[in-house]
Amino acid sequence: MKKRQNVTIKGTKEGLVLHLDDTCSFEELKKELDQKLSANSRTQEERNLFSVKLNVGNRYLTDEQREELKSLIRQKKNLVVDDIESDVITKEEAKRLKAENEVMTVSRIVRSGQVLTAPGDLLLIGDVNPGGTVVAGGNIFIMGSLKGLAHAGCFGNEEAVITASSMKPTQLKISDSINRAPDTMQNNEKREMECAYIDEDRQIIVDRLQVLIHLRPNLNRFEGGH
Amino acid sequence: MGEAIVITSGKGGVGKTTTSANIGTALALQGKKVCLVDTDIGLRNLDVVMGLENRIIYDLVDVVEKRCKIHQALVKDKRFDGLLYLLPAAQTVDKSAVKPEQMKELIGELKQDYDYILIDCPAGIEQGFQNALAGADKAIIVTTPEVSAVRDADRIIGLIEKQRNMEAPKLVVNRIRNHMMKSGDMLDIDEITQHLSIELIGIVADDEEVIKASNHGEPIALNPNSRASIAYRNIARRILGESIPLQPLEEANQGVFTKIKKFFGVR
Repeated sequence: MKKRQNVTIKGTKEGLVLHLDDTCSFEELKKELDQKLSANSRTQEERNLFSVKLNVGNRYLTDEQREELKSLIRQKKNLVVDDIESDVITKEEAKRLKAENEVMTVSRIVRSGQVLTAPGDLLLIGDVNPGGTVVAGGNIFIMGSLKGLAHAGCFGNEEAVITASSMKPTQLKISDSINRAPDTMQNNEKREMECAYIDEDRQIIVDRLQVLIHLRPNLNRFEGGH
Repeated sequence: MGEAIVITSGKGGVGKTTTSANIGTALALQGKKVCLVDTDIGLRNLDVVMGLENRIIYDLVDVVEKRCKIHQALVKDKRFDGLLYLLPAAQTVDKSAVKPEQMKELIGELKQDYDYILIDCPAGIEQGFQNALAGADKAIIVTTPEVSAVRDADRIIGLIEKQRNMEAPKLVVNRIRNHMMKSGDMLDIDEITQHLSIELIGIVADDEEVIKASNHGEPIALNPNSRASIAYRNIARRILGESIPLQPLEEANQGVFTKIKKFFGVR
């Protein structure tokens, strides 16, 4: 009885997809991949590079294995690995992803000298006092007054926004842009219900909260229900 | 079993020592057995404010290093009938001479014999502060209506809130100048309490009498005619959980009224 093929090549609308079986060993897989690509080799020189996708099913690939497969395929013919898709991720990655997509709710006052960090979005019920810092990988929503420093999108998310019931920060940071309060702040000025975001010129703009409805439609998590 | 209260501020010069001396005096006037502990090792002056400097024989470091018994180091205040004692700080060494665990043990021992132990904390957030905090159950934060003092108070509150087995700190706003507060040149009480969001336990007006009294080694709380004295006595009564409802705002308003009257009266 002939063994099932470990490597199958399929053409889809998006281009070539290599399906790699997830039950055989990695060594076996490499061997077969090598054979298959060599066997099919027709002398087609001076052709453009094909980009292919790999689908590895339920196989977990380490970074090294990914590189190995990529270089193996690159050596053969004019194929370039565009993307590797796997149905499995490590628990760690899953936890990280979950944390990044979660809104962390905290109810306290961030006082001078304290730093509050959230991997994803941060919802703070309380104030950030001068000298205090809040940092988040995603957006920062403060139901209280922001009088200290807030850094949203700290891993480079430029879409991140900062909102506060009272916006009187010493400094605002979004991704790697920085904005600070003007030196001459009118003390009695009310800065209520405001938001900060990065505009097209990579400047941090502070505006009414409502502008976000149009500027950041992807803030919506709620789907449907019109 | 007594209660240990640390009096701290972060910033220097806001009146920690004066507040310690006066709350201690006021508590003793209420008939409580009080021990004042000066933890500002190397820069002691609670003894000076209390007028007990020349009676110091042993100090806190002597006790901690077992060169003497606690009761030998305690200085008795003759003005009170065995109700008020002071454990002075050492002057010849620095703050690293004592460890937090030693302080904890010491305060624990004092708690057996006294109703209230008031710990006068040094300025800053270093070892001296950690020492002062070690044995305390409660904290009173002293601040003045200045941005810098409030900022430091905020930091200190943050540090105290992290301490387990300590209650939420209470606030004393010291050195209030009413005309400046009125004109908006000084932070007002509302602003401060809102900013720090801890319970206000008393406000004390800026009063020259306080300085005079300190220089004479007589806490102002002994003088029943001064406004500052009443303020300290009120704080003491609130610490005792006495019937005075804690209405800091009305208290402040009252203060404003009497002050304005006085202000115009003087003119």
